[in-house]
Amino acid sequence: MRGDAVAFLGRLVTGARARWLGCEPDPRQRIYFANHSSNLDALVLWSVLPAAVRAVTRPVAARDYWSSGWLRPWLAREVFRAVLIERKKPTVHDNPLIDMLEAMGDRHSLILFPEGGRFSGDEPAPFKSGLHHLGTRRPDVELVPCHIENMNRILPKGEILPVPVLGGVTFGAPIRVEPGEAKPAFLERARRAVMALEAR
Amino acid sequence: MNHPLDPVLVRLLGGVLALLVVASCVGAVLARRARDERAQATLRNFNARTNAWWVMVGVFAGALALGRTGTVVLFGLLSFLALREFITLTPTRRGDHRTLFWVFFVITPAQYWVVWKEWYGLFAVLIPVWAFLFVPIRSAMAGDCGEFLGRTARIQWALMVCVYCVSHAPMLLALRIPGFRGDSMSLLLYLILVVQLSDVFQYVWGKLLGRRKIAPNVSPNKTWEGFVGGIVTASAVGAGLWWATPFDPWQSAWVSLAICLAGFAGGLVMSAIKRDRGVKDYGTLIEGHGGVMDRIDSICFAAPVFLHLVRYGWT
Repeated sequence: MRGDAVAFLGRLVTGARARWLGCEPDPRQRIYFANHSSNLDALVLWSVLPAAVRAVTRPVAARDYWSSGWLRPWLAREVFRAVLIERKKPTVHDNPLIDMLEAMGDRHSLILFPEGGRFSGDEPAPFKSGLHHLGTRRPDVELVPCHIENMNRILPKGEILPVPVLGGVTFGAPIRVEPGEAKPAFLERARRAVMALEAR
Repeated sequence: MNHPLDPVLVRLLGGVLALLVVASCVGAVLARRARDERAQATLRNFNARTNAWWVMVGVFAGALALGRTGTVVLFGLLSFLALREFITLTPTRRGDHRTLFWVFFVITPAQYWVVWKEWYGLFAVLIPVWAFLFVPIRSAMAGDCGEFLGRTARIQWALMVCVYCVSHAPMLLALRIPGFRGDSMSLLLYLILVVQLSDVFQYVWGKLLGRRKIAPNVSPNKTWEGFVGGIVTASAVGAGLWWATPFDPWQSAWVSLAICLAGFAGGLVMSAIKRDRGVKDYGTLIEGHGGVMDRIDSICFAAPVFLHLVRYGWT
């Protein structure tokens, strides 16, 4: 209920719509991975999912950012049920990979930004290896490339006031880690899959 | 004066409602009779358009019923939504972010506040002069010189078309016409009715008789047959609505012709921009119609022409 209201607000502010090109919305276990240029990215990808899919989908987010203040922790905990991970200095006890695998269990899907941070260049930055690890540990989970459009125009890095440009999310065909595929090759292929979804 | 039960307004709105009822009935009957796939697709589109018209007429009538303030707010929202679609299609850069914030949240509301205050002097210069100077200054302060002239021109153009031009329609309510005892609201309704009917008649005539294309590269659906048929029909309807205006029937025909031509030109120019950006519609808000900008493109060009014709000729 609260989630629906926030999702509605997210779609209203960003004007975002989903374009399902390579797959259909489905509550099966998936990892949605996308380009990352704005703080609104996780919100908008989560908002455009149909309610049934949204209910089982949890965004992966940086613990340092989502733990400060009062609004962000509340949103992360109560609304998004975000998986908060340590991105600065992962240790054996604080391993993001374990957290993500645990959070998925046998029910949940994840929203992941494999660039590991927000970048304002024209192309996504090289992907971090987490997506590859998840793909090898859970070969049963679909890896769905997503392209988030115009968020860097709505709320670019370093700005607090949004401009109401219309956003959008394009969902591509799922990929998987092929047997014997090297990590760098897979990560580059995943990155290309996101870039290929850019509308124009 | 802005009483919603002004008899002329009631007659105009009653006419629109009657038209919609007829369109809905015809659409429903034909949809049941249609056999082949193409006819069914055409009728689905026709019925989606008719349903969207019901919603649009409902919103418009609701705003009119709220009087001048409701009407100004409605057109302000239309400008905002059109601007949103327009800027989305227009490449801008990181350095334009704060300029755009001003454009959306300060300049656009200011223009409609001035319309509401009926402050004609500022209405006429706020965007062509003050915003024209402000936009490049704000962008220059952001320090990004890449493609500077192109970006500045596009933002200014977006403001002119989506905000300045559209705001001429509610500014009709500020006109004081000597000897005209009707409600100025009916002038606004006349403008919208004639221009939108011209679009509908052009579509209908084009579907029935359309052969020779006017500008196939710009707008493949515009034909000479649709153009002539639509504009003549809409001007005839406009002439027949002279009783709602300060014009006599002949004047009403000529004024209608002028705003239909301007509306046609608006549709053509906005199509050229869509083709330039490689899209079919500005948005997806209204089923069967595309976005707000796709629906009001003709009003953008017709409203200033109408306001100034009436202002010079009748006040």
